[in-house]
Amino acid sequence: MSSDNPINEQSVNQAVSDALALIAAATDLDSLRAARSAAIGESSAIAKLNAALATTPNDQKAAAGKLVGQARAQLNQAFSTKEEEFYKAASAAKLAAEAVDMSAAINTIPVGGRHPLSLLQDEISDVFVGMGWQIADGPELESEWFNFDALNFDADHPARAMQDTFFVEPASAHLVLRTHTSPVQIRSMLERELPIYVLCPGRVFRTDELDATHTPVFHQVEGLAIDKGLTMADLKGTLEHFAKIMFGEEAKIRLRPSFFPFTEPSAELDVWHPGAKGGARWVEWGGCGMVNPNVLLACGIDPEVHTGFAFGMGIERTLMFRNDVRDMRDMVEGDVRFTQQFGMVL
Amino acid sequence: MRIPLSWLAESVDLPVGVTADSVMAELVKIGLEEEGKHSFDLTGPIVVGQVLEFVEEEASNGKSIRWCQVRVAPAGEKAADGGADVRGIVCGAKNFVPGDKVVVTLPGAVLPGDFKIAARSTYGHVSDGMIASGRELGLSDDHDGILRLAQIGLDPKVGTDALELLSLADEAAEVNVTPDRGYCFSIRGIAREYSHATKAEFRDPAGNVHVERAHGFELNIADQAPIRSKDGVSKFVLRVVRNVDATKPTPAFMVSRLKLAGMRSISLIVDITNYVMLELGQPIHAYDLDKVSGGLTVRRAQLSESLKTLDGQVRNLSQEDLVIADQSGAIGLAGVMGGESTEVTGATANVLIEAANFDGVSIARTARRHKLPSEASKRFERGVDPQVAENAAARVVQLLEVHAGGVADSLGAYFDQVGESQRIWLPINFAEQVTGVHYSANQVTETLREIGCSIEEVDGGLQVIAPSWRPDLKHKTDLVEEIARIVGFDQIPSRLPVAPPGRGLTSRQKRKRAVAETLAATGHSEVLNYPFVSAETNKVFGAGLEPVVLANAMQEELNQMRLSLLPGLVETAKRNLSRGLTDLSIFEIGSVFVSSKVAGEIILPGASARPSAEELAKLEATLPSQPMKLAALFVGDRIDSQIGRKSASASYVDAMQAATLAARAVGAAIRFEQASVDYLHPGRAAQVFASTGAASASAGSNKHETLIGLVGELHPELALQNDLPRQVAVLEIDLDKLFAAAPAQVSAQSISSYPAATQDLSLVVSQEVPAADLLDTVRNASGELLEAITLVDDYRGANIPAGMKSITFALRFRATDRTLTQAEASEARDNAVAAAHAAFGATIRA
Repeated sequence: MSSDNPINEQSVNQAVSDALALIAAATDLDSLRAARSAAIGESSAIAKLNAALATTPNDQKAAAGKLVGQARAQLNQAFSTKEEEFYKAASAAKLAAEAVDMSAAINTIPVGGRHPLSLLQDEISDVFVGMGWQIADGPELESEWFNFDALNFDADHPARAMQDTFFVEPASAHLVLRTHTSPVQIRSMLERELPIYVLCPGRVFRTDELDATHTPVFHQVEGLAIDKGLTMADLKGTLEHFAKIMFGEEAKIRLRPSFFPFTEPSAELDVWHPGAKGGARWVEWGGCGMVNPNVLLACGIDPEVHTGFAFGMGIERTLMFRNDVRDMRDMVEGDVRFTQQFGMVL
Repeated sequence: MRIPLSWLAESVDLPVGVTADSVMAELVKIGLEEEGKHSFDLTGPIVVGQVLEFVEEEASNGKSIRWCQVRVAPAGEKAADGGADVRGIVCGAKNFVPGDKVVVTLPGAVLPGDFKIAARSTYGHVSDGMIASGRELGLSDDHDGILRLAQIGLDPKVGTDALELLSLADEAAEVNVTPDRGYCFSIRGIAREYSHATKAEFRDPAGNVHVERAHGFELNIADQAPIRSKDGVSKFVLRVVRNVDATKPTPAFMVSRLKLAGMRSISLIVDITNYVMLELGQPIHAYDLDKVSGGLTVRRAQLSESLKTLDGQVRNLSQEDLVIADQSGAIGLAGVMGGESTEVTGATANVLIEAANFDGVSIARTARRHKLPSEASKRFERGVDPQVAENAAARVVQLLEVHAGGVADSLGAYFDQVGESQRIWLPINFAEQVTGVHYSANQVTETLREIGCSIEEVDGGLQVIAPSWRPDLKHKTDLVEEIARIVGFDQIPSRLPVAPPGRGLTSRQKRKRAVAETLAATGHSEVLNYPFVSAETNKVFGAGLEPVVLANAMQEELNQMRLSLLPGLVETAKRNLSRGLTDLSIFEIGSVFVSSKVAGEIILPGASARPSAEELAKLEATLPSQPMKLAALFVGDRIDSQIGRKSASASYVDAMQAATLAARAVGAAIRFEQASVDYLHPGRAAQVFASTGAASASAGSNKHETLIGLVGELHPELALQNDLPRQVAVLEIDLDKLFAAAPAQVSAQSISSYPAATQDLSLVVSQEVPAADLLDTVRNASGELLEAITLVDDYRGANIPAGMKSITFALRFRATDRTLTQAEASEARDNAVAAAHAAFGATIRA
C-alpha cells in the first residue's frame, strides 16, 4: 500500500464522523441544507477522498473505492433521513399554523333573498306552466272598462261599490288602480287565440287600512280557461290538482255558492289544509265560477260555442296560512329579517 | 242581514234546539255566508218586580240614592233565584214611584260585558239585585232612569221571567247578502232560502194579511226624465190610517226584534214601517197625512229645487233625483229618505203610508249623489219584489190598527206599471253542460219551481218565468246557478282539463326572474313597497315627469303614484334602521307610473260586444306608461367584519355591481358614464347605458346604446334629511329597456386553445379623462387579437405630474388560428397606445 494513498480506513472514518457531526448539528431544514456542501457536497472531506480515487494505484482502487462508496452511501442516507425528518416536521408545523376554526362560518356575500310573495307567485306560476298554461301580465293602473265594464260590473250596480276602488284624477279619464287581476283576463281574451289557459299573478289595490289581516296593496293570482265544453267539473278538477300541489296529497277543495258579476254560477272556494297549524281544517281560499256569458261577449267570444271557468285567490292570504305568517304587516313593511328567513324556494 | 230566530220561525219551521250557528250553517250551503251572531247576552234570573216602597238617602259622596223594597215573587213564594219574595235594592234612579213594575236582575244574573249580579254592600246597605235600565238590558240607549214596564204598556204578574216577557232570550244570525240577492234583505227572503237549504216548509209572510185596494187619493206619476229609458217608479201604493195614537209604546217583541236586526227603536209608527221592511223587504214611508198638502206627484226634481230631509240636512236636488212632491214641492227623496215637513211625530193622528217600487239605478245614483246610503236605498238598488208592495202596505195598516189603535180608511191610491217578467229559455241539458252534473228532468223543474219560477215544458227545454222577487234571474246561466246551488255544489264531479301544449314562461318573465334570483343569490334582499308617495317626493325623484294623482288616497299627503322606486326603498331603509338593522342591501322590482295626460272626458265603449280595434287603441292611450323598474339601495356595511376580515362599507361600487349583475343575468352589456343628477352625490353619479348591439367584450361600440337608468350615491344632504347615514348607494334601471338590449339568443364564439400573450399597459392621461373612455379607445385600437381587457389601477401621486393620473390595463391577446408572437402582441399594443395618444394625449408611463 503506497504511503501517498490518502484513502484509508482512518481517513474515511474521520470524514464520515465529521460529516455525521455536521448533519447532526443541523436544527432544521434550512441549516441542514446549508450544511449539505460541507457534509456531503463537493467541498466535503468525503468528496475529496472520492476525487482521490482517480489517482489511487490500480491495485488499491477496488478496496479504496469500496471504502469510499460505502461511506458516501452511509452519509447520503443519513442526510436524506435527516432531511425527510425535518421536512415532515416543517410541513406539520406549517399545517398546524394554517389551521383555523372551521366552526366559524365566514360570509363573503351577505344574506339575500327573494320576497316570499314573489316566490309564491313564481311557484304557483310553475304549477300551471307545468300544466301547459301561460302566464299573463297586465298594467296595475287600468281603465275602468277593463277593471269593471268588461267584467259585467254595471256602472250603477252596487257590486261596483263592493270593491273599495282607488280612483285616479281626473274622474273623466276613468282610470283606477286595478281591484283584481281580472282585467288581465279580459286582455288575454281580447289578445289571445282560443283556447285560452292563462294564469294572471300580480299586484292589486283596494282602499283597506293596513292591519294584521288587510293591506291596501296586495297580490292575487287568477286563472282563466276558455275552451269548448268546459264545465264546473273542469274548474273543480283544476283547483283540486292545484290544491294538492300546494298543500299536499291530502288536500281537497269545497265550493260554496256565491256571487261575482263576472262568473255565473259563482262559488267561494275553501281548501282542506292538512298541514294547518293547530290541525287540518277548511280554510277560505278564494272565489271561482263559470265565466259569465256577458264577459265572453264583451271580449268577442261566442258563449254558445266556448265556455270557460275562472278562479282567483290572494297571495298574501295563501302565504299566511301555508307558511304560518301571522301578521300582514310583516309582508309589507320590508323588514329584511322577514325576507331573509326564506330561501329561494318556499 | 241579521235574522232574529223567533221572527224566522214564523215563516219556516226551525228544528228544536236551533241556534244562530245552526241557522248560519244551513244558509251558507246555499250561498249566504255567515257573518256572526247577535244576542242580548243576558242570563237570568231576571224577573218582573214591583217597587213597594223606598227611602231617599243622601250618600257620603253627595249622591242621593233610593233604598227600595221590591217584590220579586208573589207573596210567600220563592223568587227565581231561590231567595225571598221581597228584596232590598239600592237604586240611583229617580223616575219611579211605589207600585211601579220594573225589571229586576237577581243575584246570579249576568249582564252584557260579563257583568255578574250579586248581593253586594253599597251605600250602607246590602243591595240584593239591581233594578235595570233599558240600556242595561240592551233594549235602548235610555239610561236616564230605570225601565218602567208601564212605560212600554206592560203590566205583568210579579215574578214573571222578564227575558221571555221582553223577548230578550232571542238571538239573531247575521249573513252576508251578495249584491244579486236583494230579496234576502228580508225575513221573507231568508226564510225561503232556509227552506231551500233544509227543505223545511216555507210560509210566505206576505200572505198573512188581508190586502185591500184603496182609491181616491190624488196621485200623479210623471217621470219627465227616465234614466236609461226606465221609468223611476213601477208601483205606487198609498193607504191611509186615521186616529192613531202615535205616543203608544212599541210592543216589546218589536223592539227586541228591531234591536237584534240592528235597528234602533224610534217611535211606534217609524218602528212599524221598519219592522215591515225587515219582514217583507219592502221599504215603507209614512207621512203625517195632515201635513201633506194636496195630492202626491212622483217626478224628477226641478232645477234649483231643494229638500230638507229627515236628518235635518237641506239637500240641493239634481234633476236626476226622483222625488215625491205635494203642492208645496218635494217632500221626499223617493226610495232614499223622506222630508222633514211631512214627518210623523208623536202628535200625528192620521198616517199616509207609501209602499212603492223604484228603479234601482235611479235610487243608487241619488243615494250616492247625496251620500245617503239608507236601508231603503240598499234594498231598491238590489231589487225589491214589486208584487209585495200592496201586502206590505196592508201589513203596516194592520200593525197600526193593532198597536196604535188606528182605523184603516178606504182612501188611498194604486199605481201599477210592473211589466211582465221575462221568459227565459232553458234548453234541456244546459245545466249539465255548465256544471258537469247530470240532473234529471225532474230535478231541474222541481228546483226551479221550488225557488218560485213558473215553468212551461216545451220540446227541447223549458220556458221559465222567474218569480217577481228575483229580478237577478235574467239569463239561462242564472237558472243553472239556482239548480246547481239548490241541488248542491258537492254534486259537481272533478275532471282535469288538458290545455294545449305549453310554451313555458315568456322571455320577459324568465329575464325578470333571472334578475331577481341573481340579486337574491348575491346578497340582496327583495322588498315590495307601496307605490303611494307625496307630491314633494315625486318632485325630488321624478323631476320633469308627469305624476299620476289619486282621487281618494288613503293618506292625504301620499296621493301620487311613484315615479321612482327609490323613495319606497328609502322609507323601507328608514324602517329597518329604526329596528336596529343597519346594514342593508335591498332591492325592488316593480312598476312606476307616468301620466299619459290624455285630456277631456273619455267615453268608455259598451260591454255588450267586443270594442273595435280603434276603441281599444283609444283605451290603451288613456293609460299611463307603467315601466317595470329595478331599484336597489345600500347602506351601512355591505360585508360586516368577521374573523380575519375587515368590514366593507356599502358604496356606489355595490350599486354598480348590482347593475352589472342584473345585466349579466340576462346577457346584456352595460357601461357607466359620469352624470349629474340633482338627488345624487355630485361626484358619485352615473348614467347606465346598455349596448343594443352584440354584447361581447371586443365589440365595444358606443353607437347603439340606450340610457336605462342611474347609479350612484344619494346626495348626502338628502340622505341626512331622510334620517339615513350620509352614504347611501342607489341604483335604478328600467328593466324593459335592459331586456331590449339583451340578446334574444346567445350566438357562441369559438374558443381558441392557442396560448395567450398577456401585457400590462399603463397610460398617463389628464385626470379629466374618464377611464371608461380610455378603455374603449384602447380596446377598439387593439384590434381583434385582443381577447380581454380589464382596468386594474388608477394611480395618482408621486412620479405622476400634477393633474394627471396613471391608468393601468391588463390586456390578454390571443389568435384563433395560431400561436401569437410577442411582436404581434406588441404591435397591437402599440396601436392602442397611439390611438390613446391621439384621442387623449396619453403617454406610456415611464
